[in-house]
Amino acid sequence: MSAPAQNVFRRLFDEIGPVDQVGIEERVAKYTTRSIKKNSKLWGLKAAVSMVDLTTLEGKDTPGKVASLCQKALRPHEDPTIPQVAAVCVYPAMVKHARRALGEDTAVRIASVATAFPSGQAPLRTRLAEVKAAVADGADEIDMVINRGAFLSGEFGEMQDEIAAVVQACGASTLKVILEVSELETYDNIRAASFLAMRVIRPGDFIKTSTGKTTLNATLGNNQVMLEAIRDFYLDTGIPIAMKPAGGIRTAKQALQFLIAVKETLGDEWLNNTRYRFGASSLLNDLLRQLEKERTGAYQAPYYFSEAAESY
Amino acid sequence: MTRLPITKTPKVYVGGSFIRSESARTFPLKDAAGTFFANIPQCTRKDLRNAIEAAAKAGPGWAKRTPYNRGQIIYRLGEMLEARKADMADALTVGGASKAAAAKEITAAIDRLIYYAGWADKYEQVLGNVNPVASPHFNFTVTEPMGIVGLLAPDEAPLLALVSLVAPAITGGNTVVALASSTQPYPAIVLGEMLATSDLPGGVVNLLTGFRKEIVPTMATHTHLRAIAGVANADERKALKLGAADSVKRVKLSKTEEPVDWFSAKAQSLYDVRDHLEFKTTWHPIGA
Repeated sequence: MSAPAQNVFRRLFDEIGPVDQVGIEERVAKYTTRSIKKNSKLWGLKAAVSMVDLTTLEGKDTPGKVASLCQKALRPHEDPTIPQVAAVCVYPAMVKHARRALGEDTAVRIASVATAFPSGQAPLRTRLAEVKAAVADGADEIDMVINRGAFLSGEFGEMQDEIAAVVQACGASTLKVILEVSELETYDNIRAASFLAMRVIRPGDFIKTSTGKTTLNATLGNNQVMLEAIRDFYLDTGIPIAMKPAGGIRTAKQALQFLIAVKETLGDEWLNNTRYRFGASSLLNDLLRQLEKERTGAYQAPYYFSEAAESY
Repeated sequence: MTRLPITKTPKVYVGGSFIRSESARTFPLKDAAGTFFANIPQCTRKDLRNAIEAAAKAGPGWAKRTPYNRGQIIYRLGEMLEARKADMADALTVGGASKAAAAKEITAAIDRLIYYAGWADKYEQVLGNVNPVASPHFNFTVTEPMGIVGLLAPDEAPLLALVSLVAPAITGGNTVVALASSTQPYPAIVLGEMLATSDLPGGVVNLLTGFRKEIVPTMATHTHLRAIAGVANADERKALKLGAADSVKRVKLSKTEEPVDWFSAKAQSLYDVRDHLEFKTTWHPIGA
């Protein structure tokens, strides 16, 4: 890292403080030891369902696949006590198909990744045009990626200007800023990027861990760093920022551990789908599977739930 | 200087690795003379759940192997047992078997594996069929593995009975989760160590030790198990059949009160392979 870049990082850490890596890892290791049973488990599983951003981000997505995803979002399971998911998350080209499938009058929101997801390596005007197109097609939420190159080379102004430009382009839509933690390399950098993003987004906008397109995704560790950044930012400014871990959360057990982290770091006010989301595709099936296990008392085969790829 | 004894920690073979029970509980195993031998993992319903997840993961790969390859691997398992007869004999004598009885049981278990290894690429020819139909169709029946099979091994012949239950199920391309004898679990632990070195993919055979009353009710209701076989007493049979009815499992149990002669030639059969197969019949238009 060049000397000027080092200096801007040093100045930023003087303001926001660094992360105690060992402390974070000790802390999150404790979350996995909590015993959540019976009613609290049931509550947690249902809360997690209501926080899912049901996601399909593949090159092979079709309008038909998006339509069935939307059906699943509206009615995850035949049991009517199981809530709808928070949102569906699709590529910009699929937003209009999602809107047609969900209708106008629905609580399920449409999130769209934009800004040349997942790399973000496109000219700014192209990225902004993509955001505007998605919003025009009916996206309620925009998931953008930050300019990691600018961040890592210490060009914080450029990174923040781009986020601010996307905020403008979003209009009334909620913005989620993807930090892509696997490319930021250290907990310190995750905290730094979180603060830089939080300073330019609006109350109720999200910061999000990952695109889900790299090897390392949301972990309890980087989730915790971001939750603590949100907490510190809230205590400083009174502005509540929401959080979305994404990628790698596949089991109900993991989801409950993430909720424990939210509860113990930010408290009950963040335990709802306006302040916390899960970006996931296969998590919902496992949540439903565990809910059905709680209801019937019998462990369930995954092929009783849709979209379980294996049929064995 | 006297050397401290290095005693083995018995672990169960699940998903291709050796694990302690999920709850970390164990139960003491005494040898025939009544002296403490080892602490055996006390697996419970959560271990059963985890073992079934492991079996589900291994299933598609195992089913896709060629029958010939499955035969080779089961034969290799026989080879491993042959090469480590002495270890297994020691394990069987813990339960009170005489040297001669142990040797006889091990030989029978090896022969049983070789028997099913032979059937692996032949049962399809016997059980499948080309069916005569009165229309211009080519109509044929082929077998497919059921999926995950739950097995309950009896206390008598703790090695031979377990092998006799496991071998036909995996021959047909199923994966298994087996509960070893509660009174003589140690041969199953040693068998797991042999499975691990026999080219058998991890998760195809999962061996649990523990108490039946903690495993049987979950085995009955777990919907991911497609079949249950083995030996059970009247209460267990009732619980298993009731649970299996809800989740539509195939159940084939022998009665604890009527001991099976596992050494008999009747204890090995093509029909034991068939018990864990589904049949698929296809109509294919001729000339199309």
